[in-house]
Amino acid sequence: MSMEQFFNRLEEGVSKSPLKWFSPLVEATHSFLLTPGRATRRGPFVRDNIDLKRYMFVVVVALLPVIAMSIYNIGRQAGITEFWPAIWEGLLVMVPVIIVSYAVGGFWESLFAKIRGHEINEGLLVTGILFPLTLPPTIPLWQVAIGISFGVVIGKEVFGGTGMNLLNPALTARAFLFFTYPGDMSGDRVWAAVDGFSTATPLATVAASDGNAVEALRAGSMDYSWLNMFNGNIPGSMGETSTLAILIGAAILLITGIGSWRIMLATLLGGFGMANVIYFLAGPSATGMMSLPPVYHLVMGGFMFGTVFMTTDPVSASGTNTGKWIYGILIGVMVILIRTFNPAYPEGMMLAILFGNVFSPLIDHFVVQANIKRRLRHV
Amino acid sequence: MEHLISLFVKSVFVENILLAFFLGMCSFLAVSKRVETAIGLGFAVIFVQTITVPTNWAIHHFLLAPGALEWAGLPGVDLSFLGFISYIAVIAAMVQLVEMILDKYSPSLYAALGIFLPLIAVNCAILGGSLFMVEREYNLSESVVFGLGSGTGWALAIIAMSAIREKIRYSNIPMGLRGLGITMLITGLMAIAFMSFSGIAL
Repeated sequence: MSMEQFFNRLEEGVSKSPLKWFSPLVEATHSFLLTPGRATRRGPFVRDNIDLKRYMFVVVVALLPVIAMSIYNIGRQAGITEFWPAIWEGLLVMVPVIIVSYAVGGFWESLFAKIRGHEINEGLLVTGILFPLTLPPTIPLWQVAIGISFGVVIGKEVFGGTGMNLLNPALTARAFLFFTYPGDMSGDRVWAAVDGFSTATPLATVAASDGNAVEALRAGSMDYSWLNMFNGNIPGSMGETSTLAILIGAAILLITGIGSWRIMLATLLGGFGMANVIYFLAGPSATGMMSLPPVYHLVMGGFMFGTVFMTTDPVSASGTNTGKWIYGILIGVMVILIRTFNPAYPEGMMLAILFGNVFSPLIDHFVVQANIKRRLRHV
Repeated sequence: MEHLISLFVKSVFVENILLAFFLGMCSFLAVSKRVETAIGLGFAVIFVQTITVPTNWAIHHFLLAPGALEWAGLPGVDLSFLGFISYIAVIAAMVQLVEMILDKYSPSLYAALGIFLPLIAVNCAILGGSLFMVEREYNLSESVVFGLGSGTGWALAIIAMSAIREKIRYSNIPMGLRGLGITMLITGLMAIAFMSFSGIAL
């Protein structure tokens, strides 16, 4: 009996048995492992090799370099210098967080799928891994469970499920934890998986300094050179540290066409442009964040991770091409503004993307209206 | 001048009267179904807010505040307990006045705003703006800027909300949450996004 036959028989059997409560789970496992033979019955029809599963899976593949680097880096930041022990330490931290994220998120997804009669969607595949990557390595597992519950239920399911959410569910979950348990999400004590070990992230170092930013980065005990931050040998949220790994992921997303190059480029330009404006307006005598050279902004904190994996979420981003440019530039500019002018948060990527998500429908609306107006002239 | 610009930015973004103080929720929830009407109502609120806050400033400053009646030879009189009723009366009168002037001189704008113009009289954001003006002891120029800024912040929020509601019109929202329920949730999520400004000291 082939897998295909096995699943067909299982699905049929379960839907008739008292176990039919679990039929969405069987269906989800089936379509996760194999391509189901069912075709869409009602229009609109799209004839394409790419479906939601493949779409989401490419994102997970693009995240693999980031996951690998973050596992290694968790061990490294915990003070382990040899390669394999560092990997082992990283696995011990990362794997439980990912399991909790998928299990609890999957529970809510299945519950809603069952009660509301929709299928279990593959969107959770991405949300469930993006969310852990935005967390600090010391995050307690019960907070992971609460966060992903909020993200999946309030961020996505109340809007009707995958494809209808307003904000990025992974970031909604993170924002919820960030404002509910600030002590476990930010500060200097959360970045290394060792008790009582306190270390400031590069952004926090710059935000706290009252002298030149580059000198402040050099002065600390950590090696915060540009190249080191690019490679990712720095403390930070699990997935955000290595710009190198993120760029590999970006290449995968761009080659497959899954991630929008317009949004990525626009966010990059917006952020880099704004950082340049502030850097040169502030002049050489500036201190703190204002004196941070623009190229440093790109490798510090979650800027690249957010740009590549969060802003490009096709549901919460603007849909029109012009809208994508405006949306990306808005986010890039907002990140640098929050980093520079808001003393409450040294990092601004999460809130900047949520801000962009809130305004993306409005951007689309005006782009569409402008297009209608332009074309009406030729009528 | 710099001080007034930072007050404007603060009242639009940092202390957005809707998403940080949750004032003016009723018309925000009721009239945010379409972008065009939301834009109309937003501009009407900006207009009325910019007029009523300075007017109430004058009433507070020359009539109601403790010792304000000194110019009439009554230095010991404190009429500040009449604040609420006077501000509400002023708001209602200003809205009425604006309505009549618009009706007479710009019928097209009057028709476009329609029912939303009288609705502004009961918008808590307008009364809230006047009360903040008293509490924070703004002077005349500050109260003009604050009126303009808080009105703009409210308009920004309702216009963004209306675009979101147009986007989710075809979403498969659970039965019990359709309409106001999901709108309340969206307002909360928008407020989280606007937290990006909270903490900025201007």
